[in-house]
Amino acid sequence: MINFRAILAIYNFEMARTFRTLGQSIASPVISTALYFVVFGSAIGSRIEDIDGISYGSFIVPGLIMLTVLTQSISNASFGIYFPRFTGTIYEILSAPISFVEILLGYVGAASTKALMVGIIILITSALFVDIQILHPFWMILFLFLTSFTFSLFGFIIGIWADGFEKLQLIPLLIVTPLAFLGGSFYSIKMLPPLWQKISFFNPVVYLISGFRWSFYGKADINVGISLMAISLILFLCITAVAVIFKTGYKLKA
Amino acid sequence: MSHVIEISNLNKTYDNDFKALKDINLSIKSGEIFALLGPNGAGKTTLISTVCGIVNPSSGTIRVNGHNVISDFRKAREIIGLVPQELTTDAFETVWNTVSFSRSLFGKPKNPKYIEEVLKNLSLWDKKDNKLMTLSGGMKRRVMIAKALSHEPMVLFLDEPTAGVDVELRKSMWEMVHKLRESGVTIILTTHYIEEAEEMSDRVGVITNGEIILTEETSTLMKKLGKKELKIDLRSTLEKIPEELLKYNLSLTNENQSLIYFYDTQEENNGVADLINDLNSSGLKCRDLNTRQSSLEEIFVELVNQ
Repeated sequence: MINFRAILAIYNFEMARTFRTLGQSIASPVISTALYFVVFGSAIGSRIEDIDGISYGSFIVPGLIMLTVLTQSISNASFGIYFPRFTGTIYEILSAPISFVEILLGYVGAASTKALMVGIIILITSALFVDIQILHPFWMILFLFLTSFTFSLFGFIIGIWADGFEKLQLIPLLIVTPLAFLGGSFYSIKMLPPLWQKISFFNPVVYLISGFRWSFYGKADINVGISLMAISLILFLCITAVAVIFKTGYKLKA
Repeated sequence: MSHVIEISNLNKTYDNDFKALKDINLSIKSGEIFALLGPNGAGKTTLISTVCGIVNPSSGTIRVNGHNVISDFRKAREIIGLVPQELTTDAFETVWNTVSFSRSLFGKPKNPKYIEEVLKNLSLWDKKDNKLMTLSGGMKRRVMIAKALSHEPMVLFLDEPTAGVDVELRKSMWEMVHKLRESGVTIILTTHYIEEAEEMSDRVGVITNGEIILTEETSTLMKKLGKKELKIDLRSTLEKIPEELLKYNLSLTNENQSLIYFYDTQEENNGVADLINDLNSSGLKCRDLNTRQSSLEEIFVELVNQ
């Protein structure tokens, strides 16, 4: 029988931390995104031509939301599981009648909810600066949900792998953020020289942003079906890694 | 009395090939207080952690109230409460929230009345809205106990519960442990304070180098291995022990005014009567006589050194 109360307890505990640290959890990503709009949307964006018939300010909205959801999912989930490991309070989770899948649902569920909250707030904030269209709302929600869940899983893996705060930041800073910036948040892949276009196809974030942008404006760098397959593949890889962690008890159980 | 915990042929070898537990066989009776004694690194915490699900066993079986801790982990764990050695708490949480969180983790519905009762019993009620980081070490220790009791466990593991706790708090914890036992909770504790085990436990297990070398009723152990010390205070100072008394292996203390004699309480002829006779024959006059039972600590050191 599933221990729903435990899942909910972990979920609520994690969400309570978000509301306890509203400035850090919500205000900070919203402010930094608003700054992107001011700089790239209004100041520089007004001098940049429309891309695929979309004004530059509007064009960057899906990319900015995806960038934030992606990084927030990773940081929320990695911190969520790493912190009890760091303080030692993980003993309580490990000795409770709760399975690894339930632990995962609590932490990843909360991390992905927080990321979605921030994503939606950014969407609302961006509507104050630029015109936004959402041509395919169902797909938009699906992409948003899949991205937040997949990258929360990825963050969970980082939180288990890390044995120090430096390591916790290592992959997000050195790999994820550059990939996210080079994933077409601020430009269309088609604007790149042919070689860099080809290289960009190895960047998984390109597929996420392209698909997500398609759900807004119906324009994409890559076929939306391929985008969906790409995110499904990342999700599958993350689930496999988590399954191995749970089977072996890697860094959780001696 | 039925056994609430049954451990058979339990082994734990860590990845670095360190054998922390070697073929442990141990049964804990329902409702008893069992003290696990052993030097640092003996395997006490590993044994507790393995029963509680924090450490994976390499081989062997553990049953809690008949439930296998691996295949039937939910049933096994829901009746166990654990107070770990380290003071690990969520610094920013309030006492009430952290205790309620623990209860939910064990799948129990909210019961504010019960939580209130636990907090009151542990003198934490007036601190219920305080953040854990504002509490003293002793108070944090109580919070850990409250968390472990939050889901009404049948078995409570206390890993060094009074480490770093002042004498007053230690005594009140002893009282609390006795009260818990009266309510039917089985208690397994590890401790470095031997008098704690002596004072509280019904049975003692001694573990060293990952092996349980002895389990015994505390009182029986005291009788079986306990030696008595006879201290004879003399009226005058002695330069050396007289020839006729050398066979008793006496030691001279207290500025050569006292003789110490160790004897086995279990032996029929323990030599006390002969010693008194020989003392009189040698012309030595006694001022006073005292006897003292050897402490569990002395027994423990003797066992570990065997």
